[in-house]
Amino acid sequence: MREHLRPALSLLVLFSLLCGIAYPLAVTGLAQLIFPRQAAGSLASKDGQVIGSWLVGQNFSQPGYFHGRPSAAGANGNDASASSGSNLGPTSKALQERIATTLTTLKAENPNAAIPADLVYASGSGLDPQISPAAARFQIPRVAAARGVSAEALERLINEHSQPRLLGVLGEPVVNLLALNYALDAQSPLPSAPTTALSEGSR
Amino acid sequence: MTTNGWLQILIYFAALLLMTRPLGGFLYRVFEGQKTLLSPILAPVERSIYRLTGVDAQREQGWLGYTAAMLLFNLLGFLFLYTLLRLQGVLPLNPQGLPGVAPHLAFNTAVSFVTNTNWQSYGGESTLSYLSQMLGLTTQNFVSAATGIAVALALVRGFVRRKTGNLGNFWVDLTRATLYVLLPLALLSALALVALGVPQNFAHYTEATTLEGTTQLIAQGPVASQVAIKQLGSNGGGFFNVNSAHPFENPNALSNFLESLYLILLAAALTNTFGRMVKDERQGWALFGAMSILLAAGIGLSYWAESQGNPAVAAMGVDGPNLEGKETRFGISQSVIWSSATTAASNGSVNAMHDSYTPIGGLVAMVNMQLGEAIFGGVGAGLYGMLVYAILAVFIAGLMVGRTPEYLGKKIEAREVKLTMLAVLCLPLVLLGFSAYASVSPTMLKGLANTGPHGFSEILYAFSSAAGNNGSAFAGLTANAPLWNTFLGITMLVGRFAMIVPLLAVAGSLAAKPAVAPSAGTFPTNNGLFVGLLIGVLLIVGGLTYFPALALGPIVEQLSLLAGQSY
Repeated sequence: MREHLRPALSLLVLFSLLCGIAYPLAVTGLAQLIFPRQAAGSLASKDGQVIGSWLVGQNFSQPGYFHGRPSAAGANGNDASASSGSNLGPTSKALQERIATTLTTLKAENPNAAIPADLVYASGSGLDPQISPAAARFQIPRVAAARGVSAEALERLINEHSQPRLLGVLGEPVVNLLALNYALDAQSPLPSAPTTALSEGSR
Repeated sequence: MTTNGWLQILIYFAALLLMTRPLGGFLYRVFEGQKTLLSPILAPVERSIYRLTGVDAQREQGWLGYTAAMLLFNLLGFLFLYTLLRLQGVLPLNPQGLPGVAPHLAFNTAVSFVTNTNWQSYGGESTLSYLSQMLGLTTQNFVSAATGIAVALALVRGFVRRKTGNLGNFWVDLTRATLYVLLPLALLSALALVALGVPQNFAHYTEATTLEGTTQLIAQGPVASQVAIKQLGSNGGGFFNVNSAHPFENPNALSNFLESLYLILLAAALTNTFGRMVKDERQGWALFGAMSILLAAGIGLSYWAESQGNPAVAAMGVDGPNLEGKETRFGISQSVIWSSATTAASNGSVNAMHDSYTPIGGLVAMVNMQLGEAIFGGVGAGLYGMLVYAILAVFIAGLMVGRTPEYLGKKIEAREVKLTMLAVLCLPLVLLGFSAYASVSPTMLKGLANTGPHGFSEILYAFSSAAGNNGSAFAGLTANAPLWNTFLGITMLVGRFAMIVPLLAVAGSLAAKPAVAPSAGTFPTNNGLFVGLLIGVLLIVGGLTYFPALALGPIVEQLSLLAGQSY
């Protein structure tokens, strides 16, 4: 054993410095040099103020915004310092009750359309920044009523912000909610200032 | 199920197949000490490392020496990590001011990372400082993977070498695996991930004012560097609580495709390295074939199950696949590729919440882990895991025809088979033993998030994951409690070292034997018949052990789901 002690100790120290310090620092240095925007978390700003990250889901609960998927991150959902899925199994009563509640809300908003699955199932991270284009279209009647804009204009906006599968094959078509709602605010501002009309009851 | 979904699965296998041989050749040259592309830069570094640490690179070790070196290095790694976690509250690089980690959690986490499991009883962003993540976890991500490679190399040398006691030098194998393979690959992969949107910084968590005017605290950190190595080193421990489902760890379909390749890349390449070492690449392709068939079967079954959706939800009028716990950008296909590959390859990172999978989808993940790191498996661990079953397969074939079994020119005799069986039997002993105890212990049952058969699945999944050194979880389980942390820690230790030590003994015993020339009666181990036999042995020996337990968990759950029962 004694003959192994020196290599064991010194290699542990050496690799700790090399893999634990030098490697992450090297990646950080190179990343901030070559890809500064991504390295800083792809932050989104408006009038010089950080409004979120383009990559991370945030809460949208007002009727005038397109809403995201149910989120189990944090007490109010979309808590970006406490990512979490619901972890409810398929036979769970709690899951079925939650879905039933969501369905009541959705059916009230748009009674005639088929309900897109992603609007009732909670995401894995609780921070899903996107929904399917179908889930965005499903919300057109509510958003149109709240903003006083035409359904056609919203349809166009959704199409503009729909991203196809990567290289035509990988993943699924999606709409980034922050980008969509940001563009929506720019195109047809809410009747009242957004900061005063806080949370219309969340779901 | 869609054509596009199957196409994505096909592309995944094509990419894997394409990369196996070139990377396998590179690994072969590195570990044979030959010149490679990186030698001009790294050979001087390698020499100075040996000088600094007093390693005589020319001096080889017998199986006992090799084992002692490996165990001592891992023991010191454990002690260092444990201490670091306990003291993180008073150490630097802790911008959120997180306190030191509790003893049972520090034990569990240190074992978890030293054994290449990366079971996470903690939530990354809410428990660990940047220093703990980097100096502690990232370091072990590298060296535990390198340890796996070293052990696999030693076992293969046992087959290749004749009448010698020597299996190589652990320090040299460890150094080369880290320096030539893991560090360069991780550096490139990390930068690719940053380009795709994974953050890499040391800033405080960012406070944002959302469009609706509320505040959102956005956790960040040196994410890319850790994600790259957790995938490549089959570690799996994420930076964030939800691992690669988090949009910062895995922002889009391309990052997802790359990460799901990284997690299996080295394990696949090592089958080719093995083929080259035994001077018959077809031996390597036979193992690769058996692994691929089993992985493809798992992905296919899982894809079917998740696409069927949840009948209870369909009854409420929502058609479509089971998207609970899955991210929109990945969809079903990219989620099931990942969940099958990560459990087969002993990686344990997730891009969707396995706890919310359909019973059959969850069953595939559990079976993958219970087969014991053999379907590609962990880096190195997969190769030695599959070689265990190859030894058993030739032994069983030998019994059927009444000949002394041979594998790769070495007679497989009583000592090798006994030691191999010891390695195989330790796994179910801790896995099923502790699962049984947990299902009747009121203290441990408090950790469950779901009830009914799915609750039992949470227990079985946890111990399967720990025993297979996987690290993924049915994450509803609250395992951060003294009993859970301790038992899972013990299971991880047994799953790792009760496998490695007997196998190194097998290697020592094989290396001492002379080679037998192949004759007309030799059972060839590089063709389709052997692949079939290998798969059969794996499923019978590995799988049947767990069938009764699986019947109580996912199988009952599937039946109650079809019967419309909920818990």
